[in-house]
Formats: sequence, C-alpha cells, structure tokens
Amino acid sequence: METKKSPRILVFSTDKISDPGIDQAGLRKIHYSPTVYTISLPCSSGIKPRWVMRAFEQGFDGVFIAADGHECSYSSRCPEFTNKIIEECQKQMTAKGISPKRIRMAAICSVCAEPFASHMANFTKILAELS
Amino acid sequence: MEEKKKKQRIGVYICHCGGNISDYVDVEQLRDIVGQEENVAVSKNVMFACADSNQKEMIKDIQEKQLDGIVVASCSPKLHLHTFRGVAERAGLNPYNYVQVNVREQCSWAHSDHPDQASYKAAGLIRAGIRRVSSSEALTNIEVKATKSVVVIGAGVAGMRAAIDLARMGNQVVLVEKEPVAGGQMAGKGPVFPTNQKGQELVDTLLGEIRKLSKITLFTSATVDKVTGSIGNFKVDVRVNGTPGEVMSFPAGAILVTTGYESYAPKEGEYGFTEGSRVITMKEFDKLVDSSNGSLSYQGKAVKTIAYIYCVGMRQTKGENKYCSRSCCTAAIHSSITVHEKFKGIKAFHLYRDIRTYGKNEILYEKSSKLGDTYLMYQEKEPPQVVQGKNIVNVKIKDSLTRKRELELDADLVVLVTGMVPRKDSQDIANKLKIPIGSDKFFNEIHPKLRPVETVINGVFLGGSCQGPKNITESVQSAMAASAKINAIIRKDTLELEPIVARIDAEACTWCGKCQEVCEYDAIFQIETNGKVVASVNDPVCKGCGICAPICPADAIDIAQYTNDEIEGMIDGFSQQVDLNVEKGKSGQEGDAGGMKDFPQIWKSIMEDLLEEPKTIPQIAASLQQPSELVTWHLMTMNKYYIVESAGIDDNDEYFLYKLKNQAK
Repeated sequence: METKKSPRILVFSTDKISDPGIDQAGLRKIHYSPTVYTISLPCSSGIKPRWVMRAFEQGFDGVFIAADGHECSYSSRCPEFTNKIIEECQKQMTAKGISPKRIRMAAICSVCAEPFASHMANFTKILAELS
Repeated sequence: MEEKKKKQRIGVYICHCGGNISDYVDVEQLRDIVGQEENVAVSKNVMFACADSNQKEMIKDIQEKQLDGIVVASCSPKLHLHTFRGVAERAGLNPYNYVQVNVREQCSWAHSDHPDQASYKAAGLIRAGIRRVSSSEALTNIEVKATKSVVVIGAGVAGMRAAIDLARMGNQVVLVEKEPVAGGQMAGKGPVFPTNQKGQELVDTLLGEIRKLSKITLFTSATVDKVTGSIGNFKVDVRVNGTPGEVMSFPAGAILVTTGYESYAPKEGEYGFTEGSRVITMKEFDKLVDSSNGSLSYQGKAVKTIAYIYCVGMRQTKGENKYCSRSCCTAAIHSSITVHEKFKGIKAFHLYRDIRTYGKNEILYEKSSKLGDTYLMYQEKEPPQVVQGKNIVNVKIKDSLTRKRELELDADLVVLVTGMVPRKDSQDIANKLKIPIGSDKFFNEIHPKLRPVETVINGVFLGGSCQGPKNITESVQSAMAASAKINAIIRKDTLELEPIVARIDAEACTWCGKCQEVCEYDAIFQIETNGKVVASVNDPVCKGCGICAPICPADAIDIAQYTNDEIEGMIDGFSQQVDLNVEKGKSGQEGDAGGMKDFPQIWKSIMEDLLEEPKTIPQIAASLQQPSELVTWHLMTMNKYYIVESAGIDDNDEYFLYKLKNQAK
C-alpha cells in the first residue's frame, strides 16, 4: 500500500563510526526516507562489488556508502580503497546499463545525524530525477 | 569453512520497547507475518526484550523448542548485542547464531513521521535479520596467549606512575622516553598545588621507585619505530640512543600511550609576544620565579607589576583550539601566590575570560584575592591590547564587569597564561599504533565516560594528557586506571578475541598476493597446502576489517559474520514483498512536528503563537494567558524534541527568543 514510490536506497555503514551516526539521526528524530535500508560492516573498504550489484538486481534504486573517510580506525588508506571499490562498481553498473550516478559515497561521522539525513534527501532527489 | 546448512528453527522476538517501537510500527502484524516464514519456529512480541523476564523466556524457548538461531528486533546493536549473545550462550546456543535487528534508531524513531511506511521498512529489516541468521555460522572465540609485559610510551608523570604500578603487579615494563631525561613536562615545574613540592622533586621520587624495580627498563632518547602484532602479543621496535641509533624489539601484551602534551606557543606578535620583549609565557615565568631569590627582576629591571593574560591560544571560537585547557587558571594563580610569598611588594593583575579553579583549586583563587590581586574580565571579541614600551609594557583592557570601561595599566612583565596543545608528533604515534585522533587533535578514547582509557585498538591504552588537558592529579589517576585495566587483561594466561576475522577459501585461492599487499596488520601470509601455494590468515592479528576481501580476484576471502550469504541474504530480505494492512496515519501524521504523537494542547497553542515571529517566554505566556512557569516547562520539552529552537536574545538582552524549527524565514 505504499502510496508514492520513493527511491529505495541501500546504505553501507560502518560499525564503529557511521552506523552510530545514523542511529543518532533516529535518536534525535531527524527524519529521512523510510525506503532507506542500512547494512553495517566493519569498514567501507570491505564492500564487495557483487553485493552492490545484488542490490540493483533486487530493485534498489541507489547505493550509498557512509564511509569513515580519514577517521577510519583500520587504515589511513580507507578512502583510496573505498574509491577503488566504487570505480569497480561503476564499471560493472555501466556494463549493465545502470547509471553510475546511482552509487554515492560520503564520510559520515559518529555524530553526523543531520549530514546523513541531508545526504539521503539529496540522493533521493537525484534518484527520483534519474528514473 | 563451516557447514553451509541453513538454520531451520529460528526464534524471532519483536520488541515494543514500551511504545518506542510499537507506537509507530505495527509489531503485532509483523509478528504474524514473520511467524509464517518456513524456517521460523517462534515469533513473539515482547514489551521489553532486554528485561530479565524475557531473557529467561528466550532461554526456555531456545532449549524447549530447540531453536538454532535467534533474531531480536529491538534497539541498536550497540546497546544490546552482547546482552542477547549472552542469552544465547546461557541457553547453550552459539552466541554468533544471534542477530540483532535495529528497528528503533533506524526505523521507528527515524520514521516516526511516516508510521505507515515504518512498518514496511521494519518488515524488510526483520526478514533481512532472519536471512542473516539462517546463514550464520557457529563461531568460536580465538584464544591467544598473553605476554605479561607492557610497553609504556612516554616517561612523564603518567608514564612513570603507570610503569611502577604495572611492575608491582608483576609485569615486565619497557618505559620509552624520547627526551634524554625522564620526567616530561612535570620536571620543569616549580612548586605545585597542593603540596608545594617542586616538579623535579616529584620526578625524583618516582625515579627512585623505578630504580628499585628490576622489572622496569627505562630507555631515554628512545622512540617507537614500529609496532606489529595485536593484543596479547605486540612486538614494539624501539630505536634507542637517538637517530640512527639501534633498534631493539620488545614483546608486549599491551601498550600504554602516555606521550603528554606541548605548551601552546604564542604566535609572533600575539599580545606583543616577541623575542626579547617583556611578554613571556607561563612556562618561562615559572622558571624565572623558581630561579630568582631575594628579588624578582627581568632583563635587569626589577619586576613590581605583573599582568597575567589568561586563555592565550585556548577557547578559540574561530581558531583551532576550541577547548579549555583546565589547568592553566589554577597554575597561574598558584604562581601568583608563590610570587607574593617569595618576593615583597608585587602587584598582580589577572586579565581573564572566566576563572576555572574547579574543586579544591578554588582555595587558591580565594587566597590570591585576599592577597590583593586584581581580577579584570575581558571578552574574546575584545582582547587586551599590549604595547611594548621602554622597559614597560602598556596593557589596555575593556573590563566587562564595569560595563566595558577601558582600563590601562603599565606592567613590568606580561605573563601569557598558555594552555596545553597536542604534541606535534602525535600523528606519528597515531599512525604507528592506528589509534584515532579527535577533532581537538588529542588521542581519542572509545568512550569518555564508559571506557575512558581504552582505544578502538584492542590492547592499546591511553593515560595522562595525551588524551586532552589534565592536571598532574588527573594524569596520574588516568594512568593508574589504565594500568589496572591492562593488568586485568594480561594477567590471564590466555585472552579471548572475537572471531570476526578473514577466512580464505583455499580451493578458490590462486595466490596473487594482493590481499597481503593491502593488509596493514601483516595478518596474511603464504602457505603451501596440498602442493598449492595459497594465502592464510593469522587470526589473532587479523582485525576483521575486510579490506582484503573485495581485492581478491577469485572472491576467495570472506569475513566471519559478513559472508556473501549473509550480506546478500539481507539484501534479498529487504526486498521481499510485504503485504501489510496499515491504515495511513494510524498514529502520528505526516509532517507533524518532530513526530510527537499526542502532544498536549498547549504545544499546539505555542506553535501557533510562534508561527509569525520569534517570541520570548514572557511574551508567549502573555499571549496564551498561561503562567510563565508552565510555558517554560513545555517550551523546554519542545526544545528537547527539536520542535522549537532558540532564535537569539531579545533587544533588552533579557530573554531568549524561540522560533519553530525548520520555519521558513
């Protein structure tokens, strides 16, 4: 009974930093689209492109990587690794006719409730325009 | 890798959280829908999943109904993951066959503005949890032998104290100091409050104890070169005798960082600070006082009037150091008293922003006031103006306690009360140990109140002011807390680590070495198995970050608890079709303020009253004809729930104005 089709977004967050930031958005009742689903991982550099492709196969409209950026406690090269993963995803997406704009990344800190909500609003808008 | 058999008898518990979830999510309907899933044996609603009574009931269910996996849909896993892992364990189920689904922070609360859609999302989240648990593996914690030795980095007061404590508890200690002598910042201090012992005396006392303890080895002019390994078994390479020097390796069960701070160095010209001027820092002033006898003079001229300027380089609204350095107010006032006690006829002016002599230190403030010291308050926006004259320094201040009257004084000496800033080499230490640095550039603990001396890196601890400004007492306290914490961990022969590590599928692996290249922890090595060279993981060293997994061209690596089956199962679960019967707007309405369900009538009246322009509490009270206490009470609650926000101060500088949050201008 979903009335208007809001774009479905899969978020990959990180256990120690960005997922607590997303939790905080809820805690403070800072709203974002209810068609946003989150999977938390230890580090954004561990996302396999096949998972991203699975999301598109399953009808997700976009994938958002809530990365730790330079705050990552595992590796100072985290942004570089995560970027490479995104490039690989975009290559596979383009091959399947999926717009590379459907994957995005931003650093989300452990108290970044508002930035997360505004990233979601922005991405929702971009995805709505794409379809 | 383990059996790939899917779980067949899963228990699902959907929590009301006393309304926090069930006010927005139709938990009863979800229970019924989920209960129809083939592999779900139990599906229940609970008022509070974390309650003791429910935990007991879960244990009963697990044992009686032979559940092979459990899902609790409740709050964030950060709160209760370990609670329910414990429940599983007590019931005889492997704790890793438990999955927590976050339907509060990431669903009912986040979407309280769309309760109809929150139920759909919750259904997806719970089904993802069921799929995840159905692919979950029973895992065993990794056991490692712990070395009963500790490397302490930095031999200031915190490091020396910790070394002594750790050695007395039976541990070998290697104490590494960068400078040629131990003692750190404390060594240079004159008499300190409250015992009036000199810093060097305290250092000598601690060094005397260190000499008596054969378990401590102190290296001066030594630095940490490289750290490898992990909790229980670190290997710390120490460069001794300066650079190039010689590198020695020490085993360590844990590492304690007590690298301390640096004093803020005023910029050239800041409050007239420059080479050869009569404007000096607190540190230089303390040395001058300590080495002078009979009379106090500077650059050959007697010092009779001293102006202390506080908060130099600290509490910068726009600058880098936003924090208060805590100890400098006390230090400056203590020095001022020492000066009075040592030399006669000295006038002291304290130009401060706020005096923060907390706790017992307040005694000093009182004492200094009684001694006739003059306190003048300035605002950050209008700092004192310092002009260097011939043998005299002219200081102008707008005293905010006398309606910003401009006062002028001629001082023989201006002392800049500077605070603590992070050490310049802290980034180097952070890189070597992989510990995070906070926005204030000091090292970050896991949690300032609940886990104040631990870092996210297992086995690496913090003590003293490398973590943020601390006075000597506080530094010693944190160092002792860290020592006790370290000892509690390494005194056991074996440590248990979470088995969240990378695993290699030896059949699929063709050894290209890419995983080894990216692993910063040297956890991956080459082995030969069945005549084939493949990668293998050193479990206790692996941090489970997963960086190696997407790099592998053969997809031969996965991380326990984050396998392809588990993650892809979750994605499928999110996407499964759900048929829910939800009334639109059943609870709450789209776009209602802050998603509050049944707010009192007065909130509505307040919101209507604020529609046109921001108002103060007395104004709202007058227009609603309600007592101002009642308006205050409700307005504060609305403020807490982000319905209203402050809009500055009224024209009379009397009351705060309030406006509706997100109100268009």
